[in-house]
Amino acid sequence: MKRQFPLVITFVVGMLVIVSQFIPHQPFGHLSDTLESWFLIISGFAILLGQLNLLKVNIIKIHRKVRNWQYYIVCVVSFVVMITIGILWGTQDQPGLLGQGSALVSFFGRKPFDYIFKHFFENLSATMFSLLAFFMASASYRAFRARNLESSLLLISAVLVMLGRTTIGTWLTGWIPEDLTYLHIPQIANFIMKYLQKTGQRAIMICAGLGIVGSSLRIILGIERSYLGGK
Amino acid sequence: MKKIFVFCVLLFLFGSSVWASSNVPLTAQDHPDDDGSAIDLSWKYEGELPFSIWIERSKDGKDFELISKIAPAKTYITDGKNIKPGNQYYYRLKFVDAQSNIMASTDIVKAKSEAQWFNSRRTPLLVMVIILSAAILYFILSARKGKHLFIRKIAGLDTIEEAVGRATELGKPLLFVPGIMDLDNIQTLAGLNILSHLAKKVAKYDSTLYVPVSKSMVLSTAKEIVKEAYLKVGRPDAFDSDSVFYLTDDQFGYVAGVDGIIVREKPAATFYLGAFYAESLILAETGFESGAIQIAGTAMPSQIPFFVAACDYTLIGEELFAASAYLSDQPNQLGCLKGQDVGKALILITIFVGIILDIFGVNIITNFLQMK
Amino acid sequence: MSFFEKLMKIDRRIIFLLIFIGVAVPLIVALNFTLEITQPVRKVYSLVEDADDGAYILLSFDYGPSTKPEIQPMAIAVLKHAFERDYKVVCSALWPMGVLMCSEAIESVKEEYPNIEYGVDYVNLGYKAGGLVTINHMGKNMRETFPTDAANNPISEIPIMDNIKNLTNFDFIVGFSSGSPGLKQWVQVAHDAYGVPVAGGSTAVQVPSLSPYLNRENQLEGLLGGLKGAAEYEKLIASPGTAVKGMDAQSIAHLLIIIFITIGNIGYFVTGKYKQKRL
Repeated sequence: MKRQFPLVITFVVGMLVIVSQFIPHQPFGHLSDTLESWFLIISGFAILLGQLNLLKVNIIKIHRKVRNWQYYIVCVVSFVVMITIGILWGTQDQPGLLGQGSALVSFFGRKPFDYIFKHFFENLSATMFSLLAFFMASASYRAFRARNLESSLLLISAVLVMLGRTTIGTWLTGWIPEDLTYLHIPQIANFIMKYLQKTGQRAIMICAGLGIVGSSLRIILGIERSYLGGK
Repeated sequence: MKKIFVFCVLLFLFGSSVWASSNVPLTAQDHPDDDGSAIDLSWKYEGELPFSIWIERSKDGKDFELISKIAPAKTYITDGKNIKPGNQYYYRLKFVDAQSNIMASTDIVKAKSEAQWFNSRRTPLLVMVIILSAAILYFILSARKGKHLFIRKIAGLDTIEEAVGRATELGKPLLFVPGIMDLDNIQTLAGLNILSHLAKKVAKYDSTLYVPVSKSMVLSTAKEIVKEAYLKVGRPDAFDSDSVFYLTDDQFGYVAGVDGIIVREKPAATFYLGAFYAESLILAETGFESGAIQIAGTAMPSQIPFFVAACDYTLIGEELFAASAYLSDQPNQLGCLKGQDVGKALILITIFVGIILDIFGVNIITNFLQMK
Repeated sequence: MSFFEKLMKIDRRIIFLLIFIGVAVPLIVALNFTLEITQPVRKVYSLVEDADDGAYILLSFDYGPSTKPEIQPMAIAVLKHAFERDYKVVCSALWPMGVLMCSEAIESVKEEYPNIEYGVDYVNLGYKAGGLVTINHMGKNMRETFPTDAANNPISEIPIMDNIKNLTNFDFIVGFSSGSPGLKQWVQVAHDAYGVPVAGGSTAVQVPSLSPYLNRENQLEGLLGGLKGAAEYEKLIASPGTAVKGMDAQSIAHLLIIIFITIGNIGYFVTGKYKQKRL
């Protein structure tokens, strides 16, 4: 029964969602939206579960003084500080328990939460994202080798697209007369992206779409039960 | 003098009333293929471009209320403001200048909003769903009857056992990342399905598995999956509930957390299976540097190249969804994969025939798919 | 290990260092490379430029601080263009951090357009969770989806919203996106279901997955791809900003990557690994 009940719910809800795609008449028309809203409400409550888990796991590690336990203190302290100042003075135009905190605003130039967000969080996030530039360089250096015909073609296309997507492409071929615009590297890069790349993308998207249909059918019909923890 | 003035005023009023009453053809009809909550209005105005168009609506044809002021160049609008199915609505349009003087108007027209029982625009989708589902169900039944189905090897999945074995030998943990999307994304579910198989192997070999997640709903599901896996293998006592843990919902905060785990714990194998965005390469390169065997899988087309460049094995698109069926080796599930292949063949044929017909100017397939 | 074998195995820290220098130097010393305008960017420009006077446009800020350096310049450029043409700008966000990104973008534009008035020329509706579902609700009723703006003012008290009932009242939508929910969802609902023209800007990484929507049906009217897209737009509106500056750095970084790839391949061929693989 413990396993059957979720399977029945999955089947009924799955079929209702499929049917609602084809029947706009009430009560089917808005079923999909309603179910999505329910999901949002549940996931909203579930956020609390995640936060508690985060605190629990980190506090246990600090308590047991596991290897590198000092890092976990940083996490817990940041967590508590952000929540506390958010509750006390609010964010942007929203007041907190202690109002708008005008004295702090005059000192920091903005609310404490917004100050930390702007000067710490934003920069830390941007730093993580910018790691991509370095990793892209090292990964392409390693991966782009002309091992055979296919990889050589890939290599040439990659170089052309990289040049075409920057100002260097224009700089290198900008002198080519107007009649031969198709020889401009940015135009070649666009051609590769517009036709060759797009075709490949579509093939992957269509196949993934089919995979999604197959996977969804398996789940709705109860053939796939791994996500419930077993066969 | 007075008479002339009165005459001029009368002439102006008469002139402007003639001008204002110049009829612009307006049509109103029920918006097709909807739940009866919209009415389409279209008109053809050929005079001097007004400053704005006022749309007025009434339920009885007498008391009109202004429901919208729209840009002068528009020739159609869909009114979806508080329209109830089965009700009749009356409309009229006024074309006004910058001083709100009426330059022209339309006759009053009426339309009844109705809800449809079938969205005809989705006919091609219905046909495809029926064909694809029928093919999948047919092969599932065939497989159940014992028909042998050939499924090609997926190297990345065959390596799972080897990766767990290696982790056990080295005494290092394994890391599983189910992507950064929530449970409503089918890629996350596909990743979690693979986690179920992986966790059983980990439980069997008595290895350690870390599953950091970025969504609370995924946390509870992943925890349940790993717990069940330990139960299935008969080692419930070995399950550590803190091995599945939440980090943060924030994309790059999550990446920082996972990268930290990779750098500190040096896992023997890392699995990135689910929906990924820009974090894919940051994770995979950190994993590569730590020397882990890396198996990735995603249906996000833009992230596949990154995983291919930095991981040992990559499940591309549909392979991610096929993985669970492949690993389970159950006829039911394998039949489903075969059905998908038939669907793929049908799409290929449709595309091919469609292109040939289009070249010769016959647009039947294109028009059907676009519902023109 | 021979010299060429070493070429094949350059320590990645050296690569990182050179990339750092290659990015940092052009940010300090401008190289002023020329830019060629590409079709998808020109189409976004035309969409904004050719709209009717007094057009109502919706800008959706679906990104966070991490991708701000890449996307914020395009948001600022489009905002400048819209205010230059006297359009009414409505901003919303499908990402929580998008609200702040919008406020900051408008703040930076205000220096150039000090006369724009909140509630009359522009409004920041704030964040709404739900992605696809939220866009669908906006298509049906904007007031129910956003009963108040980001600062909790009732929508009924904001003059710019008087003429906005649902998405169809907008002349077009421009989405700035770095993931999901984002531009793809705007295309799928706002364009495909409600017929509103949609254009947008995204991170360069996302461009390949969005380019299939730049098709004959104009599901996506145009696309600003990464920093280069933003730089091209800045050039089109003749207001060079951070994107144009950043393009020099990006160009040098790309050039360095190409040099690394070439070095790696020279080592690969000279050391005979090529032959070994073929045997």
